[in-house]
Amino acid sequence: MKVFVAVKRVIDYNVKVRVKADGTGVETANVKMSMNPFDEIGVEEALRLREAGKAEEVVAVGLGPRQCQETIRTALAMGADRGIHVKTDAELQPLAVAKLLKAVIEEERPGLVILGKQAIDDDSSQTGQMTAALLGWPQATFASRLDIGNESARVTREVDGGLETVDVKMPCVVTTDLRLNEPRYASLPNIMKAKKKPIDEKTPEELGVDAAPRLETLRVTEPPGREAGIKVESVAELVDKLRNEAGVI
Amino acid sequence: MEFGLSQEQRMVVDTVRSFVERELYPLENEVERTALVPRELGREIQDKVRALGFYAPNIPREFDGGGLDHLTFTLLERELGRTSMALSVFWGRPSNILCACNEDQHARYLSPSVRGEKIDALAMSEPDAGSDVRGMKAFARREGDDYVITGAKHFISHADIADFVIVFVATGEEETPAGPKKRITCFLIDRDTPGFEIRPGYRAVSHRGYHNGILAFDECRVSANQILGEEGNGFDMANTWLYATRLTVAAMCVGRARRCFDLCVDWAARRRQFGQPIGRFQGVSFKLADMATEIDAADWLTLAAAWRLDQGLDANRQIAQAKLYASEMLARVTDAAVQIFGGMGLMDDLPIERFWRDARVERIWDGTSEIQRHIIARDLLRPLGA
Repeated sequence: MKVFVAVKRVIDYNVKVRVKADGTGVETANVKMSMNPFDEIGVEEALRLREAGKAEEVVAVGLGPRQCQETIRTALAMGADRGIHVKTDAELQPLAVAKLLKAVIEEERPGLVILGKQAIDDDSSQTGQMTAALLGWPQATFASRLDIGNESARVTREVDGGLETVDVKMPCVVTTDLRLNEPRYASLPNIMKAKKKPIDEKTPEELGVDAAPRLETLRVTEPPGREAGIKVESVAELVDKLRNEAGVI
Repeated sequence: MEFGLSQEQRMVVDTVRSFVERELYPLENEVERTALVPRELGREIQDKVRALGFYAPNIPREFDGGGLDHLTFTLLERELGRTSMALSVFWGRPSNILCACNEDQHARYLSPSVRGEKIDALAMSEPDAGSDVRGMKAFARREGDDYVITGAKHFISHADIADFVIVFVATGEEETPAGPKKRITCFLIDRDTPGFEIRPGYRAVSHRGYHNGILAFDECRVSANQILGEEGNGFDMANTWLYATRLTVAAMCVGRARRCFDLCVDWAARRRQFGQPIGRFQGVSFKLADMATEIDAADWLTLAAAWRLDQGLDANRQIAQAKLYASEMLARVTDAAVQIFGGMGLMDDLPIERFWRDARVERIWDGTSEIQRHIIARDLLRPLGA
């Protein structure tokens, strides 16, 4: 089986994101960029499937400008076998990404597609669902456990109030939640090998996809500042407030 | 001219940075509080680094090391410089001088060091022989096939965790055109050798938890097989293998300065006084401008010197310049950082005071600033006969 993982280049999770002064977006100049952490989890899961003999090949797909190759290369250094770069300088929104992924997936015909449940930049959490819908494939989102059977996958999903386990027929789309696994670091030998692994380049035009944005960003603003907390005198008072004011216990 | 990193170099930097941020930063406060890294924790760090194939990255592949070139290794050191040396020491980088091991020593010292089974320390300084290395008093006299060592070494970094020490001692004196000079010989001394003792050193203001030790040799008898290289060529060995390690100091200074600087920029943008962020005041903004400029300058000096080593060009002066400038830059940057943070900069709630303390030793160890200036000036003037 071939496993597809999508890897997005985002502002590193350690960077304190700042809104541009003109409110058109966030500052990305001189900011460290990394692979979306949920996508790292996706790569890790795919690698574990290959190591367990459940998959033969792991293909990392990245979409966006030239620099996205760095992110794909990072996936290769983690252990993915090859990469596909859909190169475009246009702003890519979830629907466009889903259409582009569908086009690549139909060419490559993987048995399983793993995406992060969301990217930590715009937090849309739409691409996985849209990709599955466009392909007409089953989807299992927010996975905290993935077991691959013969023709289906058993996925444990993190949902409000607990865990839900579903069986989905393969091929399918799975999106990763935080607790699915702990991704590995790239090892030095794999970093050195990554250079020799191929990355195919494609464009939206070649794939016959109209990737034009459908949404217009009106304004980007900082979230409101956090209000000061209070000190309580005793544990009893804390419990009382949690029960009667916050209503959480 | 190419100023960008290769994809491999970028990934090495990213991986080391991520490891340092995720695995080592969270341990720093405890290390500062206790001035100790428990050995089990040290071994855990070693195991993780080894699993990544990043252990002994400086040792050539032919000896089963990571085989990084000087430039890539310097980039790695720069990222390690961000964190506490008490922790980063467990990201094993055995001394390059061990590549001079003969076949027997290779099996007993180099290979176990590359595998992380043994940790080495390097001993040169003595109470009466600091910058004046040839003034060392530790002495080994020949007795048959053995040498008997007497004397003391101090300021020996991480001697407390070392399984063996690479020790430089005098083995005689020889006449040279410049007058009599001590013959210096390099020995490999196992920790448990009779007559050899590793004692706790001084409590330093810099690099808490990264201990220095005192080595005491009292009629310590070792076989001539313990000589690394040849009798009397210790000074040449040190010059051949160790001068590049000064680049490590420079690189670590740059890494630590960048971490400190990032905190300063963030603070200057957030901290408000007189109704505006303090970064809007020229007293702070010009400091930041100078800090950024000096950090970049030190970074490029350091990387350029490493690049020269990879090209096989003379790099002695450039390495001295990088070590001199980067260590003095770190002093200025961390001092300015304390000023920008004000009172909080001196409190141990923030790492700023630690960076400031840690910066002080960088101008002293691995050749003082004065020795670096001497090397630079000598390189300039000696060809002119001055």
